[in-house]
Amino acid sequence: MLGTGILKGLFITAKNLVGSYYDKERLTTLQYPEEAANIPENYRNFPFLVFDGEDAVSTLRCVACKMCEKECPPQCIYIVSEKDEKGKIMRRPKVFDIDISVCMGCGICAEVCPSSAIKMDHIFEVTAKDRFSDLLLHRDQLAKSVDYYKQIHPTDFAVEEKARAEKKRVAEEKAQAAAAATAAKAAAAAKTATAATPKTDVAKAATATAAV
Amino acid sequence: MTPPNTSFTASSASARAPASAPASPNIRAVHDDFHGDLLEVSMGPHHPSTHGVFRMNVTLDGEVVVKLQPVFGYLHRNHEKIAEQNSYLAAIPYTDRLDYLSSLTNNWAYVRAVEQLVGIAVPERAEYLRIILGELARIINHACLVGFLLNDLGTSFTPLLYSLRERERMLDLVEELTGSRMMCNFFRFGGLRADVPADWLQRLDAYLGDGFARYLDEQDALLTGNEILLARTQNIGVLPPALAVSAGISGPMLRASGVPYDIRKVDNYSLYGRFPFQVPIGDHGDCYDRYMMRMLEMPQSVQIIQQAIEELPSGDFITPKQKNAGLRPKVGETYSRIEGPKGEIGFHLVSDGTGKPYRYRVRPPSLINLTALEDMCIGQTLADTVVILGSVDIVLGEVDR
Ligand code: SF4
Ligand code: SF4
Repeated sequence: MLGTGILKGLFITAKNLVGSYYDKERLTTLQYPEEAANIPENYRNFPFLVFDGEDAVSTLRCVACKMCEKECPPQCIYIVSEKDEKGKIMRRPKVFDIDISVCMGCGICAEVCPSSAIKMDHIFEVTAKDRFSDLLLHRDQLAKSVDYYKQIHPTDFAVEEKARAEKKRVAEEKAQAAAAATAAKAAAAAKTATAATPKTDVAKAATATAAV
Repeated sequence: MTPPNTSFTASSASARAPASAPASPNIRAVHDDFHGDLLEVSMGPHHPSTHGVFRMNVTLDGEVVVKLQPVFGYLHRNHEKIAEQNSYLAAIPYTDRLDYLSSLTNNWAYVRAVEQLVGIAVPERAEYLRIILGELARIINHACLVGFLLNDLGTSFTPLLYSLRERERMLDLVEELTGSRMMCNFFRFGGLRADVPADWLQRLDAYLGDGFARYLDEQDALLTGNEILLARTQNIGVLPPALAVSAGISGPMLRASGVPYDIRKVDNYSLYGRFPFQVPIGDHGDCYDRYMMRMLEMPQSVQIIQQAIEELPSGDFITPKQKNAGLRPKVGETYSRIEGPKGEIGFHLVSDGTGKPYRYRVRPPSLINLTALEDMCIGQTLADTVVILGSVDIVLGEVDR
């Protein structure tokens, strides 16, 4: 019969209308400034720099390797490495600027960074009085403490720390093994030395071999 | 769901009278004494029904379209040349911004092209996850399209809001996984950026089996048999199969015209050969069939996702030690395509051995599907052109690039 399709449709809209008042699943509106939405951990907006200790500048994790600058799709990162008095490049950024009016929030900088120094932030309420200068963030504005990073990315932080501890353990073991090997070598050398020239001071010969 | 006029086979008997052939552009003399002048209307670029900044210069004889000239380029962003200035990795987030309703499949198409160029193998688990995400993108796109198409028909918002409501739920899941609702940037050469947690897959599965299934039934009951919808879409904007093929139309629009061509079946790329899904084929090539193609593809995609979640093997989500930053493919060129939600999305890459593509070219399904717009609109009324454009399913980010 003509019109049954329309009646069926009207029944559905009526059901939805009623449901929008009672259905728990449907009452999803948040009163924004008072109520905040739940932001998932993976959410990404703008990048920030992580520092480990008290002082933002000296404990910045960034080593100014410029990987992020090279890979950033809209090329909105600008880095100048710090130089000491003799002009030798130090592993620290002197200038680290991100133009967040250009940044597309892709997260590639955080992904390519070899020292976990740049991470994606959760802030989304960014206001500025000036279109150009206020949206060009400098090193000191970008630096945020590792505690903040831990707070917004707990899972990533745990994974990274575990990997770091593992790396440290492996490095330490390696160092120990290397030390043991050197010691063994030294002892062996000392033995040969003693055998060849029995009159020489054993300890002296061992030190000489170790130094080589 | 039993659609009245669409079947899974290419040639079932038509229940509808065949559409009259589109009238030729010169319907009448311009200064016919009785009919007066032709009227030229510029629809857009701000017209709400043009899905973005798209303009149609329509020449009308009374209410009937005699000529239609599409004007686009308002959203041109120099996508291809920007990609040629950047590293291979840095182009991935830009592909998100092509068809911004289905960034996951755009990522996939591009990443596949680079993988083909360099010769990177993808682990099995990554392929399964890619299929899950690709089909999810298809569902999101089609749910959106159905809503917007109905909006163009003048239902002012109800079906669109129902669609967007469901899309929000899926986008919540996407955001949780990729960090962004629409600009996912999730595919990497050799796999994905991160692994997909098991509980995420479970939640997706639960949602598709429950909430989304309900939505599909609801939308179907609300719309598919609706007399007004039938009157407004059947025999409107007919695209004959021969024209569809010669114009390079692809995707659901091509299949609505009765051409059984789905790249997932034809190329069998990724692991689609393991999924016994069906491809809906239309009979008439009108707006109604194009609408039905989307409605019928959604449950198929749901089925693919469910099967993939069930069979998902363990393993790597990306080829171990795969280099993504600073990739330098050998000299060569490649073209790779996948079946995106809107049609064939392909990337043509030429490498000169440096870290940047020498040539980067996108084959955008939206733009190429749009080329048949005038042929479909001539002889229809002005109100119908809006519906026809809606049924093409364009996203201007991809048309203008
Ligand atoms: S998030 Fe993307 S666009 Fe923004 S600074 Fe990092 S790499 Fe550049
Ligand atoms: S990639 Fe990391 S360490 Fe290197 S310059 Fe960027 S933030 Fe600093």
